[in-house]
Amino acid sequence: MRTRTPASVVRIGVVVIYLFLLVGWPMGRVVQETFFTGENYLTMALADPSLRNAVWVTLAAAGCAVVFNTVLGVTLGILLVRYQFPGKRLLSALADLPTSVSPIVVGLALLLAYGPVHGVLGAPLAEAGVQLIFSFPGIVLAVTFVSLPLVLRAVIPVLQEIGTDQETAAQSLGASGGQVLLRITLPSIRWAVAYGVVLTLARAVGEFGAVLVVSGGIVNQTETATIAVQRLHQGFETGQAYAIGFLLALVAVAALVIVTILRPHERND
Amino acid sequence: MRASTLKPHSTLTRPASVALGVSVLWFSLLVLLPLALVVVASAEDGWAVFWGTLTNTQTANAIQLTLTAAAAATAVNMVIGTLIAWVLVRDRFPGKRLVELLIDIPFALPSLVAGLVLLSLYGPNSPLGINVLGTPYSVFLAVLFVTLPFVVRTVEPVLIELDTDVEQAAESLGASRVTTFRRVVLPALTPAIAAGATLSFARGVGEFGALTLLTGNRPNVSEGAPIRIQSYLETDNTAAAAAVAVFLLLVALTAIGVFDVLSRKVTRHAD
Repeated sequence: MRTRTPASVVRIGVVVIYLFLLVGWPMGRVVQETFFTGENYLTMALADPSLRNAVWVTLAAAGCAVVFNTVLGVTLGILLVRYQFPGKRLLSALADLPTSVSPIVVGLALLLAYGPVHGVLGAPLAEAGVQLIFSFPGIVLAVTFVSLPLVLRAVIPVLQEIGTDQETAAQSLGASGGQVLLRITLPSIRWAVAYGVVLTLARAVGEFGAVLVVSGGIVNQTETATIAVQRLHQGFETGQAYAIGFLLALVAVAALVIVTILRPHERND
Repeated sequence: MRASTLKPHSTLTRPASVALGVSVLWFSLLVLLPLALVVVASAEDGWAVFWGTLTNTQTANAIQLTLTAAAAATAVNMVIGTLIAWVLVRDRFPGKRLVELLIDIPFALPSLVAGLVLLSLYGPNSPLGINVLGTPYSVFLAVLFVTLPFVVRTVEPVLIELDTDVEQAAESLGASRVTTFRRVVLPALTPAIAAGATLSFARGVGEFGALTLLTGNRPNVSEGAPIRIQSYLETDNTAAAAAVAVFLLLVALTAIGVFDVLSRKVTRHAD
């Protein structure tokens, strides 16, 4: 570590000013717009049943995404790290696809597959009385899609690092495959899973584009928190838009803080 | 999938094959099939329609704006991202943890809220008197915000691993700070910077939420390509929406490919 030189003061100054103008000040403005422009818009927003509903829809859908992606992420993580099979590299590369696709394209893709009118699988499903798109399951599909690889990516490096010594030892002592999984493998990746779950939750709660297309955004039914922000903003209820925005920002910052706390735990395990 | 039908170099046990089969089926139904259908839908009405969509004046302008904004933001990120990583790794100052938090906020903040937040400082009611609403700069600003962490977070680990001995050796042999940075540090960081830039560009091209509120979406002026897909969808023009979507998908896939190659280089360098 070098001592502070004039050059380092300039560097730090540039970085701090840049981050303040791009992130810090704008984030501060949300707090200001929510609480210090005449009304307490947060209380007002939370008293509105349609907004409370939007918050619940968001949380419920994010919860489903966490369950699906944790099961998939842990399963696929173990398969990719512990086994050899043809197409492994391709599968690993494809698993990253969901985070690289534009959210609006995700919405379009789900619409084409599961839309009730023209959807390849959606139309027959609709005839059988199952509607996915423009209802809650559609929102679940969308947020599960966009947050798909986050648990997987958190789990893989830890699985690689812990190696197979303990697993092999347990097996040689007569433990069954299921016992090894439950008693050795899963406990040793629990912090990585927790880390991935927090990221998944944050991503799923904050999804907008994909949900916008597949949910229909029906107030009191399929409206999520982000869609409500857009509706409020367009309806010139700016204060309440900022209030819900503030709540979402709070979730994001909380997620980041938790993730920072979880990070060192991985190394201790 | 039965274990006996697998190729010889597979080490899957029977329960593992079942787990793999179910995972791949779920992944295909959720991700692969829907994305494949986007490609199918874009091709349904033939090449002329596909090409006609992409060359439609308003769409072509939207694509051009999105690519320019993503490229410009990426260029800024390559410089400022490297600088931020450098400051975080090499300099000591109070409030460093807050800086760390600020850098990751764009990762976690819903992009729609990012647009709203930027609008409060750079919109019509700006306390700075800067209003980007309805100008092309709004797309640039939105992309700049959401892509902030990428270069920082790819360069940082490489910089931590980088041995300062070589730099000290170069300096003790009479090289100036600038020369040392240019000839010793920068070559070691280049693969990481490039990898971060790729991620930043791919993310920037696909950004939707942050544009929604911040840009005003004026056709031919401040309308980005993902917003164009949305307006095609709203008018039930699925084929046109799919055509622009396929274009964005191709950009994302190319970026993944490039990133894969570059991250291999980074890993090799770290070894």
